[in-house]
Amino acid sequence: MTKALSGWGRYPKVKTQVEAPRSTADLQELLAQGRPVIARGNGRSYGDSAVGAPLTLEMRHFNRMISFDAETGQLVAEAGVSLGDIIKGFLPRGWFLAVTPGSKFVTLGGAIAADVHGKNHHKDGSFATCVDWIDVLGPGGQVTRAEKGSALFEWTLGGMGLTGIILRAAIRLRPVESGWIRQTTIPVPNLAAAMAAFDQAQDATYSVAWIDCLARGKDLGRSLVMLGEHADAAEVPKKARKNPLETRERAKKTFPFDLPGFALNGLTVRAFNALYYAQGRRNAGVSYVDWDTYFYPLDAILGWNRIYGRKGFVQFQCALPLKTSEAGLRALLQATGRAGAGSFLAVLKRLGAQDSRFSFPMEGYTLALDFPVGPRTLALVDRLHAIALEHGGRFYLAKDARMSAEMLRRADDRVPDFETMRAETGAAPRLASAQSERLAL
Amino acid sequence: MAFAERGHPIQLAARDAETLSEMKTDLELRHRVTVTCHDFDVLALDSHGVFLDGLPEDPRIVICAVGVMGEQEENEADMDAHSRVLRTNFEGPASLFALLAGRMARRGSGTLVGISSVAGLRGRAINYVYGSAKAGFTAYLSGLRNRLTEDGVHVVTVLPGFVNTAMTADLDLPERLTAEPQEVAEAILRAVDKKKNVIYVRPIWWLVMTIICAIPEAIFKKLKI
Repeated sequence: MTKALSGWGRYPKVKTQVEAPRSTADLQELLAQGRPVIARGNGRSYGDSAVGAPLTLEMRHFNRMISFDAETGQLVAEAGVSLGDIIKGFLPRGWFLAVTPGSKFVTLGGAIAADVHGKNHHKDGSFATCVDWIDVLGPGGQVTRAEKGSALFEWTLGGMGLTGIILRAAIRLRPVESGWIRQTTIPVPNLAAAMAAFDQAQDATYSVAWIDCLARGKDLGRSLVMLGEHADAAEVPKKARKNPLETRERAKKTFPFDLPGFALNGLTVRAFNALYYAQGRRNAGVSYVDWDTYFYPLDAILGWNRIYGRKGFVQFQCALPLKTSEAGLRALLQATGRAGAGSFLAVLKRLGAQDSRFSFPMEGYTLALDFPVGPRTLALVDRLHAIALEHGGRFYLAKDARMSAEMLRRADDRVPDFETMRAETGAAPRLASAQSERLAL
Repeated sequence: MAFAERGHPIQLAARDAETLSEMKTDLELRHRVTVTCHDFDVLALDSHGVFLDGLPEDPRIVICAVGVMGEQEENEADMDAHSRVLRTNFEGPASLFALLAGRMARRGSGTLVGISSVAGLRGRAINYVYGSAKAGFTAYLSGLRNRLTEDGVHVVTVLPGFVNTAMTADLDLPERLTAEPQEVAEAILRAVDKKKNVIYVRPIWWLVMTIICAIPEAIFKKLKI
């Protein structure tokens, strides 16, 4: 079937043929046709990384769990299994994901391809750290089991599906006593205070900040820094103590996620941000929240991408090295505040050290901002790209819908090696997405 | 899967039980329920009794999702294909349900879920061989329900409309009318819980079929739909 397909941001929309193969043999047959292909999980990358230039392979039929070792916590599952499925199956047995991004609808294959990170990156690293091995269907149709440390493994984690089709993976889950998180909310009045709070929280398992990207002047960078720890069975709220792993009833939605239906504009976002910050100040301190509310607040609103309207939205996410983080973040926030085109979903996070072939994270800070698509906001995103580049920043391909091939090369000196690998393995041009074509990878 | 999530033990049956082993592992891992796999050929009517006797325990809820559409042109011309479509969609499932009906009636409880088709509501040139077999099955289910109600056995007729499965993979289906298999599963679970009799999966199909069925035959026979 041919249709106009996009990522979660609903921008850009690209005409592509979509197939939903049911077996490895089906995949091999589609690969053998010779047209470039890209695998797609749940379509939760924001831009065009899971949209095939000519042919998109939906992996939803590869959604089986294969084995689980209760001694080591190793789960083997097919690439189309979602992270939410894993939690649903294994949290009741006392296991949780070792690393999780902000949506549980992401598939295992997608998490591997983008080498996603979570609120514990500063401590536990990216998704790659919890993966033992992957099975990859190569461009020639051969299936290879790539163990951690092998070249294929290292290139595929973060390789955006451009090394081959991820079929299966073995990942390590983390033992937990409860499905609850002990959350500490720290309101901070400006950027310097936010960064100081992150510095002090290096030992916290989880840390992330919601940042008011429209605050200006002395308030620039005011944030709510949120730390989290897996709660012990004994400390969970009374009502849950009987069965601390059971959190099926999602806690009542709190204010920030009951999004209004009216159009977004500078005024409404500014008002929202001010209210949210005030609310955070009132609720400062320790509270207990269930895993779903803590890790996946936006998943509660199915189709939240629609609030940005028909044209869709773009997300800007960069990582800045530690040295230039403060100056870079300041410049990015100033530009955003001046344009008055902020989003409520502005996230700041301290990243830990990471040395990988093509993954996004680097030691420093990452800032993520959403903007509804329009000429003004796209111009702003271009400006933000330029600012991040000046400060030695790099961009998250799982979010990108906008970068040019030239900009990618200026941001990331690993590109030539990635291209060499693609040429040598035959992955180019057999595996290609609309994004990889735009970026000339 | 929806039933396994509730903790029900599951018995899976297919022509070749080997093909079910991945699904068995998946269900067991996700839901910690016991899953058994059984060979079952819907066209081998003589084997149905043996098949039921061979199950580890009498099932409380049976879902029959047997069907083959074939190519209408082939079904019209090739009498083997013609017969295969009629028997697979009607005679086979009816035979199985006949045996189950007796067993459930004796026990005084149980639920039979038959997956039929909107194609059975009115015969159309493009798929009447398949449609007429489904029409037979729908009528059969209706009759069983009428007969078994006093025995405490419930019968659900499912008219899914288009579903995104291997059977329809080559068809270009309108998205709004096409359900995902998961939606069908959830609809069946609800229907079993609430003792619904006849369900469509997407409500819009009720409207579509009501209109199609309301067209006078004199006009309908000239239409190409």
